[in-house]
Amino acid sequence: MGLLTVSPSPHIRSSMTTQRIMMMVILALVPSIAAGTVFFGPRALILIVFCALVAMFTELVCCALMKKDNTISDGSAMLTGILLALNLPATLPLWQAAIGCIFAIAVVKQLFGGLGCNFANPAITARIFLLLSVGSDMTSWVKPFYYLDAPAWGIFEAAGSNALDGLTGATPLATGDAGLMELFIGNVGGSIGETSALAIIIGGLFLIITKVISPATPIAYLGSLSALMFIQVLVTGGEMTEVLYALLSGGVMLGAFFMATDYVTTPITAKGKIIFGIGCGVLTFVIREFASMPEGCSFSILLMNLLTPYIDKFTRTNPVGARKPEKEATE
Amino acid sequence: MRKLGGIKLSHHKNTENCQSVPLPLPAKVCIPMSMHIGAPCEPLVKKGDIVTVGQKIGDTEAFMSAPIHSSVSGKVTAISDYRMSNGRTCKVVEIETDGEQTICPDVKSPEVNDKESFLRAVRESGLVGMGGASFPTHVKLAPKQPVDTLCINAAECEPYITSDYRQMVEAPDEVIDGIVQVMKYLSIEKCVIGIESNKPEAIRILTEKAKTYSGITVSALPCTYPQGAEKVLIYNTLGRIVMEGQLPADQGAIVMNVSSVAFVSRYLKTGMPMISRMVTIDGDAVGKRCNAVVPVGTPVKDVLAFAECDTEKAERLLYGGPMMGVSISSFDDPVIKANNAILAFKKNEPAPKASACIHCGRCISACPLDLMPPDISRAYAAKDVDSLNKLKVMLCMNCGCCTYVCPAKRPVAEINQFAKALVTAQGGK
Repeated sequence: MGLLTVSPSPHIRSSMTTQRIMMMVILALVPSIAAGTVFFGPRALILIVFCALVAMFTELVCCALMKKDNTISDGSAMLTGILLALNLPATLPLWQAAIGCIFAIAVVKQLFGGLGCNFANPAITARIFLLLSVGSDMTSWVKPFYYLDAPAWGIFEAAGSNALDGLTGATPLATGDAGLMELFIGNVGGSIGETSALAIIIGGLFLIITKVISPATPIAYLGSLSALMFIQVLVTGGEMTEVLYALLSGGVMLGAFFMATDYVTTPITAKGKIIFGIGCGVLTFVIREFASMPEGCSFSILLMNLLTPYIDKFTRTNPVGARKPEKEATE
Repeated sequence: MRKLGGIKLSHHKNTENCQSVPLPLPAKVCIPMSMHIGAPCEPLVKKGDIVTVGQKIGDTEAFMSAPIHSSVSGKVTAISDYRMSNGRTCKVVEIETDGEQTICPDVKSPEVNDKESFLRAVRESGLVGMGGASFPTHVKLAPKQPVDTLCINAAECEPYITSDYRQMVEAPDEVIDGIVQVMKYLSIEKCVIGIESNKPEAIRILTEKAKTYSGITVSALPCTYPQGAEKVLIYNTLGRIVMEGQLPADQGAIVMNVSSVAFVSRYLKTGMPMISRMVTIDGDAVGKRCNAVVPVGTPVKDVLAFAECDTEKAERLLYGGPMMGVSISSFDDPVIKANNAILAFKKNEPAPKASACIHCGRCISACPLDLMPPDISRAYAAKDVDSLNKLKVMLCMNCGCCTYVCPAKRPVAEINQFAKALVTAQGGK
């Protein structure tokens, strides 16, 4: 008779692991990766793979330097790299993208303790970092299918190259001149993964159906933004299509389904997720309408990340059978 | 109404169609003097004594206790110390069986005519909660608070275990008669039998049998573990919330396991005390999965031998189910009164290493009582008793749902238990 293992109950575990969750999110991003590659050519795909590799390498180095267990296999670094890439224009120079990835993993994530301890979304924060430091390349958008018109090798060139002359344009969020259908499919200028709402919704629904994310956050985010746009349209007497335009342009879709639902940096409670989503919607609206920036999605999520611990604290569950504190005092 | 529940589990009720069979008499039994919550018993026999089946061999003056009887006839070979699965030590009476199974002359149907004599009889029977908690039944049946409902726990929500189910389908009349006796002597008007809906046959039979009695109903429970947890059961069958620090009786309910109530019926008829019980024997190391009626004190190895278990390959032995069962360290440990199952598992992949909490919230969704394990873990790490009280950690019943679902494989429920111990040590509620 062999030796027996003794351990506390429960003696069975579900098959869900952190790694599997990360892989499911990456799987949910595949439609967006595919759409980005179709619209923005091979350079988009190269940038995505490059960012994923740099992020993973940074994670490896950080863990080694900090003498911590190597956490590269949990897939979170790869996911951060991919998410950041999807937030970048396809023609961003690789060295800039690399700095973004290193900033995301080393500064935003690992310096705060690694997975589970960072308070801000690494991909979002790195995007803002790049936007503030290399703003012109970060807002240089190639037109969809530009690579069909570019000269040979021009399809691999970064922003600023002569090969791309005449192939860039502003994002429709700034110009307001794209059709709604184009916006929905993603056939407009913009960041690699942001333009195709269709691809994002396919991935988002996959995550909701497989219960990886709660639908509360995207519904609250998109719902509150729509409501505010609706009121604005009523007040200013514009067209109702502006509401849809606001939802489909810029980074709102990607933000609502993939950034505002990040486990680590958003509230854990059901009520908290709704508050978080509404906060993002309101801030996005305010920044877009009243600030000097054309896009407010990243900033709104980052600002709400900062409030997350407080939202969690004020939306704690009320356990079944718990007595209210006042009642306790009288007993 | 919202039903409380935690998680969906694979049921693995492999033995649900296995008619119970008696286990062959073991050569030796080891009967611990503590098989219940409360004061351990003192042995009433000494080395060399000849004992008979049903003879009382352990008792105490303490109220919170239950006497212990010999499950075999034979000779006491030793009274030694035994380390129980909870880490405490108690005395154990070792008896070599003579194979005669001579019945003790004291065994006769008890004279019961009122509540007092009924409770005395239940105490003398040695009955403790057979669902696993092993609370002395005579204590449970004598609450100070007025009680209007008897709640029968027939959920059997743990995977693998089918001993309660077999009791219900093999001898439903015992179940109903036991309920009627308890209701009669405790003047309780109403009884609800809660059965998880994965046992339609038991629901059908008991609904049919209960028709002839007023006040007894069967309630089908959702198939979400832990339906058999007392608070969950009371809420889902009666809609009453047992508040923190309360007992079910504070909400007018007494909860009894279905096998326990059936035993009451048998005892009142025959007077044979609690000396054996039905045990489900299952797990991937077991060759012949079955339900066996096992004498209390039978070494686990004899039970496993009967079930053709390959003990060389068995790596984990459980008293009870995989969610709340206790893993034991020796093949020599005896079957005790509360053992509804013995599960033996082969070596599986090594235990997953715990990684960082990613705040996914699965533990919160899984908690049947809506506790917040991540906050509890943080407060425990900071030894913050005040926060632990605010987070109501003492409500945690260690059902294990949180640990089960955790994708980071953290010992969530275990940390809750440490936190509860910390709160208790600091004089908390």
